[in-house]
Amino acid sequence: METTPQFFKHGPSPLARLLFFTLLSLILMAVDTRFKYLHEIRQIVSVVIYPVQRLAYLPTTIYNWANKFFVTQNLADENERLKQRHLVDSEQLQQLLALKAENEYLRKLLETPQRNKSKATLAEIISVPRDPFNRKIMLNKGTQNDIQSGQIVVDDLGVVGQITRSYPWHSEVTLITDKNHSVPVQVARNGIRSITSGTGKYRTLELYYMANNIDIQNGDVLVTSGIDGVYPPGLPVALVSKIKRNNASHAFAHIVCTPIAGVDRNRQVLILSPPLPNPKNPTESESINIQPKDKEQEEIGIR
Amino acid sequence: MVSASYSEEEILLPAKGWFIILSLMVALFLNLLPLQGILLALRPDFVALVLLYWSINLPQRVGMSVAFGMGLLMDVGNGSMFGQHALAYSVMVFIALLLRRRLHIFGLLKQAPQIGLMLLAAQLVTLLTELLNRAHFPGWYFFLASITGVLLWPLLCTLLKIPHSPKYDPNAL
Repeated sequence: METTPQFFKHGPSPLARLLFFTLLSLILMAVDTRFKYLHEIRQIVSVVIYPVQRLAYLPTTIYNWANKFFVTQNLADENERLKQRHLVDSEQLQQLLALKAENEYLRKLLETPQRNKSKATLAEIISVPRDPFNRKIMLNKGTQNDIQSGQIVVDDLGVVGQITRSYPWHSEVTLITDKNHSVPVQVARNGIRSITSGTGKYRTLELYYMANNIDIQNGDVLVTSGIDGVYPPGLPVALVSKIKRNNASHAFAHIVCTPIAGVDRNRQVLILSPPLPNPKNPTESESINIQPKDKEQEEIGIR
Repeated sequence: MVSASYSEEEILLPAKGWFIILSLMVALFLNLLPLQGILLALRPDFVALVLLYWSINLPQRVGMSVAFGMGLLMDVGNGSMFGQHALAYSVMVFIALLLRRRLHIFGLLKQAPQIGLMLLAAQLVTLLTELLNRAHFPGWYFFLASITGVLLWPLLCTLLKIPHSPKYDPNAL
């Protein structure tokens, strides 16, 4: 039997192979979505894919570089515009410094904890996934630049998303529009707290479990509330764009928002430094059982 | 009797291993290009096309295991569920392996619609896994990638055939 020539060896039949690979991939998917055990395997695979990813980004880099080199006619206009903006900004910055000092002093008087000072790292988007299901982007900074999962990503206008996986040289950002992503927010006008949830659709967020008569109007700005201890407070997240109140079948209003940050417009984003660990809760609240995270978030949303 | 229809098909030289790897890597590169908007919707799945080409023409070198591995690479590059593309590509290559003997009868243009069915099968598997994972249906433009894949098939075949087609004229003495 061992004299079978190499030529006739075929291994298992295609159907057997298909069953094996189907089973294997189903197990991988189940483990990946339910238990999150596959981080190490993903890291190993990412080492193979990273050079290709960088290479795929190279044409864009060359294009940007060439643009910088050859386009000169708009420079004078842009310079003028930026100078004016700088003047306005620096005036506001001076006010901010004074307000910051005042705020710090008042917080000290009231013995409330100081706000975290956040430091930011500039990163570039190296790839945008091709399928329409997940709203994710890849950045060119990873664990080698001290980027960990859980850090917040913003651009010049507002919150972009949160880092959900970090590889040695790059990291994966889940955008706020991803269907599994939520951000605790506050209406800037009147301080109503809620949670925005991504819908998986392009530039669409929703507020769930808000009463029909709630005081939210079209054009209201939603900023992060900072209650979760993950997102720093006061960052702009979204604009309320559509409200449908008198749903006969639903007890809650249907509120649709548009994210403020423009992920599809810019190449560069900022990664904020991780938040400091929260101060310990007072002793009497320690005896209360901490509820699972999802339930807790829902309850804050219902108010 | 039947042999007349086979006469168009030329006998190919065995492809070099490095060429197969290079073609797969270039396909991966094209899949990961940061495109946006209409170009992103129109972009065919190059990895799927190259996998189909090799599994039809060289099934003993590129089969389901290579498809599975490439699927895992795509999953990490894409940030999708680990194993999703792997499943889609294995199913697609399985169909290709079943149909490859009859595909050789047809010319490149007649092969293209059948390739379209295989690409569609891969997309349907991806769609199904995403729908089971509580995603929304992305809209019919999602299937545009299969159509552009079909249009690209003849071109891709002629390109990939160049390095391992015989250098001499088989009809010359």
